[in-house]
Amino acid sequence: MTELGIRAPAPHPAPEAAEHPQPAARFRPKEEIALEAVNLSLWYGKKRALTNVSLAIPKNRVTALIGPSGCGKSTLLRCFNRMNDLIPGVRIEGTVRYHGVDIYAKNVDPVEVRRRIGMVFQKPNPFPKSIYENVAFGARVNGYRGNLDELVERCLRRAALWDEVKDDLKKSGLALSGGQQQRLCIARALANDPDVILMDEPCSALDPIATLKIEDLMRELAEQYTIVIVTHNMQQAARVSDYTAFLLTDERTPGQLIEYAPTQELFTHPKDRRTEDYIRGRFG
Amino acid sequence: MTRALFDRELRELHDAVLFLGSMAEKAIVEAMEALRDGDLEWSRRIIEEDKLINAKRFEIEERCIFVIATQQPMATDIRDLVSVLYIVTDLERIADHAEGVAKINLMMGPEPPPRRLGLLPAMADRAVAMLRDTLKAYIERDVEAARRICEADDEVDRLQDRVYEEAFKAMIADPSTIQRNTYLIWASHNFERIADRCTNICERIIYTVTGQMEETNVSKY
Repeated sequence: MTELGIRAPAPHPAPEAAEHPQPAARFRPKEEIALEAVNLSLWYGKKRALTNVSLAIPKNRVTALIGPSGCGKSTLLRCFNRMNDLIPGVRIEGTVRYHGVDIYAKNVDPVEVRRRIGMVFQKPNPFPKSIYENVAFGARVNGYRGNLDELVERCLRRAALWDEVKDDLKKSGLALSGGQQQRLCIARALANDPDVILMDEPCSALDPIATLKIEDLMRELAEQYTIVIVTHNMQQAARVSDYTAFLLTDERTPGQLIEYAPTQELFTHPKDRRTEDYIRGRFG
Repeated sequence: MTRALFDRELRELHDAVLFLGSMAEKAIVEAMEALRDGDLEWSRRIIEEDKLINAKRFEIEERCIFVIATQQPMATDIRDLVSVLYIVTDLERIADHAEGVAKINLMMGPEPPPRRLGLLPAMADRAVAMLRDTLKAYIERDVEAARRICEADDEVDRLQDRVYEEAFKAMIADPSTIQRNTYLIWASHNFERIADRCTNICERIIYTVTGQMEETNVSKY
């Protein structure tokens, strides 16, 4: 039995079995895998957004998804915790496995999936409640039986926000700066005791200093959590991630994985010409 | 094509590297000719002009750092720019070796012509040819040429062995020439180092193009 309370299915075919895998996209980290998209395709109505993506996300590492607008990176990220279920007309083929379990299987509760695989969004979105309540709310709703004060402090410390807010926990979360709000949202995600944190351009609304704080935080969090980040900022991907995946939409194939590699390798000598052109800014 | 400004900056840096290389080449050729002719005044000028070469190297280095800081280069571009930093250092050191030969000329002082230098001019010719080929390979991003140039380093090393042999024989035959022949050995060492620096540059060319660090020719010397 697995963490999601269901029996793990038989091992899936190796990623090489995908229909049209790009040679540079076949890479698979030689580490324990936390999350894995296998031959994943997605349609919004009739419009295809992902094509046969196979990508293995290693545990306790930061994996960055990069690519131009419309390449499917945010769509792929949202597939990892079934956020796309909430969009009408979405159809998915292929699977996403969390520690070997198909999270799209009929007997899997999407709410439980989202509790274990949390998400932080582009724009900080704290609840219009106190700092304390922002962190405690989700845990209380989920029936947390431990000491809430301790939980709030632990999560705020892990999100590197405690020292800045400890004397004013009753203040509204909305009164914090943008960077602090984003760290509050991270603390809120941590309060649900997730295993994986998905971050969709978490710094795009922040100034450079707040951005660096979130980046430092990501590195620290990676010691305990698996992190997947979508970013348009290639320097950010290069700074914070251990592995990077490059996605691209072209005239014929929407949302395809072009290259996946250790970050150092992808940013210094990518294998695919399209990756090289994109990261060098020679695209289009 | 996007990033036109960045591409122009890269082109200007490549041109500047080539210019520095031609300054170093001129310094070697002239240092050898001044030594051959016993022209001390010429050697003094070469030593003076080395300051211009040093200044040019720093100018390129500063520009390169500025481009890295402002353009956030990736992949081939970052390899290219980091290679520029290494290559200008090697070119500046090559010019220092030419300056070294000029200083040796001053130490040897005037001698009645014709000056007997044995295989030293041939060694200088080989080192200069290696530098020229290296600069050509740099501009053309020619990995195969870079590998061939590295192989040629052995030839310079063999010539140096023969310069040593000539010098030792002369010293044994006439101990009063020990000082003079020691100077010639020092000069040959400078040319040998120039060839070594060319192989360093060739390794950077290979890295820029392929992304692989390659030690091209592990000489027995």
